[in-house]
Amino acid sequence: MKYFILLAGDGELAPFDSQSPEEQQAGMEQHGAFGEACEERSGVEMLGGEALGDGSMATTLRTRGGELSVTDGPFAEAAEQIGGYYVIEAPDLDTVVDLCRILPAYDIDIRPILDLG
Amino acid sequence: MTSISGRSSTSAERLVAETYRSDWGRLLALLVARTRRLDLAEDALGEAFARASAQWPTAGAPSNPVGWLYTTASRLIIGGLRSEAIHGRKAPLLAVNPNWVAPPAAGELDDLGDERLAVILLCCHPALSRDARSPLALRLVIGTPTAEIARLFLVSPATMAARITRAKKKIVVAGIPLSSPVDEELRVRLADVCRTIYIAFTAGYTPGHGPDLLRIDLAGEAVELASVLHRLVPDAPQVQALYGLLLLQHARRDARVSGGQLVTLGDQDRSLWRHDEMQIGRELVTKLQPDVGYAEELRLQGLIAAEHAKAVISQDTDWTTIAVIYSQLETLTQSPIVRLNRAVAVAESEGPSAGLVMLAGLDRLLPNSHRVHAVRADFARRGGDIELARTSYEAALRLCTNEVESEYLADRLASLIEPVAGPGQ
Repeated sequence: MKYFILLAGDGELAPFDSQSPEEQQAGMEQHGAFGEACEERSGVEMLGGEALGDGSMATTLRTRGGELSVTDGPFAEAAEQIGGYYVIEAPDLDTVVDLCRILPAYDIDIRPILDLG
Repeated sequence: MTSISGRSSTSAERLVAETYRSDWGRLLALLVARTRRLDLAEDALGEAFARASAQWPTAGAPSNPVGWLYTTASRLIIGGLRSEAIHGRKAPLLAVNPNWVAPPAAGELDDLGDERLAVILLCCHPALSRDARSPLALRLVIGTPTAEIARLFLVSPATMAARITRAKKKIVVAGIPLSSPVDEELRVRLADVCRTIYIAFTAGYTPGHGPDLLRIDLAGEAVELASVLHRLVPDAPQVQALYGLLLLQHARRDARVSGGQLVTLGDQDRSLWRHDEMQIGRELVTKLQPDVGYAEELRLQGLIAAEHAKAVISQDTDWTTIAVIYSQLETLTQSPIVRLNRAVAVAESEGPSAGLVMLAGLDRLLPNSHRVHAVRADFARRGGDIELARTSYEAALRLCTNEVESEYLADRLASLIEPVAGPGQ
């Protein structure tokens, strides 16, 4: 199965910009460890992942009554702190949850990627 | 002729019902373990039992009923997988294992401990919504019909069916696995399982309406679920505590309702209690060592229930000991509900005015609960403070949403007109 892992900094983790250089370094190392753990775990494959500009950089598109509106984002308050994502292949949800323990203390949403074949 | 065919159809129907009762959970565990398709397996097994009900009374029961049910269900699952393939949806199904259809070998169904535990853990997985876990466990582990589960939780059958379907869909789509956790992870997961079963049990004792005042039969399903879990992991302390607690509480079932009215613990006819069940429950909870977390919560609640079980008449109840256990439970849980129960125990052991003192601050912590007011009213009545009793009953009535309890409170309020004697101590 493919999973989309959305990383948000709403919880205990301070926004990246306000972290000390040491904290930033530690966070980067955790991401490195996550990548290595994904590589080592059987049935798991890293398919992608990027850091994202913060909510103030977001542009939100909405269609209402057939009209597309373009506004300053983000589209949901909870999404303001979204900082990045991964897409990985994994055998099941428990494996993904287990791997995510390695990451910094983000609030994380895990979504299955649907195969619309 | 009529009577013979009538009798044979009855025995076939009874065989279906008995097999359902004894083998639903084991058959489902085996189907899920082999096919990994929980969603298809449950529907298929339900359909297999429906076919058995339709066919066995006329065509006669097969020589191996469990094997027949298994084979029928597994063929239905394979049919489901094929139609998914035809509709162009994913294809892990193409790897249909021919061994799936083989009926379980002799003894195989009796040796499914790990698979059954995996299904229970799956139903109680933390990624599932809380309100779906108990229904799913009842449905999948012991086969309680969805309409009955709806009755237990006081919701419509359609609502419950949608809730269970959504949970099954999430298990499949989100890839929640059948897992076999060990050690610390198993301990944590078992706490979730115990919580889930306890929620189902207490739902049965939550007052409803009319003939469904309590759903004692369905609380019994939760006890059955706890008993299955206890057989699977007999050494887990939290499971012993849960099973003991449920046995102790459920053993009072026949005394809890009389003439369509709830009977409170103190007024129950104790000769109606199931003392044999209480004995098993007491042995389970009293031999447990102090624990931590939810396991300790269950153990302490079990000890309180064991104290009640010990009292031959309600006047024999050791309220001092019960108040001490409640105080430990309050320290552990910080729960205002526990404090309320502790206040009741303190009022019994030290008198109503000591109970009133313990209620201080609870109105703020439980602003929508009629119980704080109802308990205060009771203490005030027994302490002779009729004015406080009156205003408290009135406050309780304003907040109470349950008809049966409202009636009880209104009766009590009306009885205040008759001057009551002082505290009976």
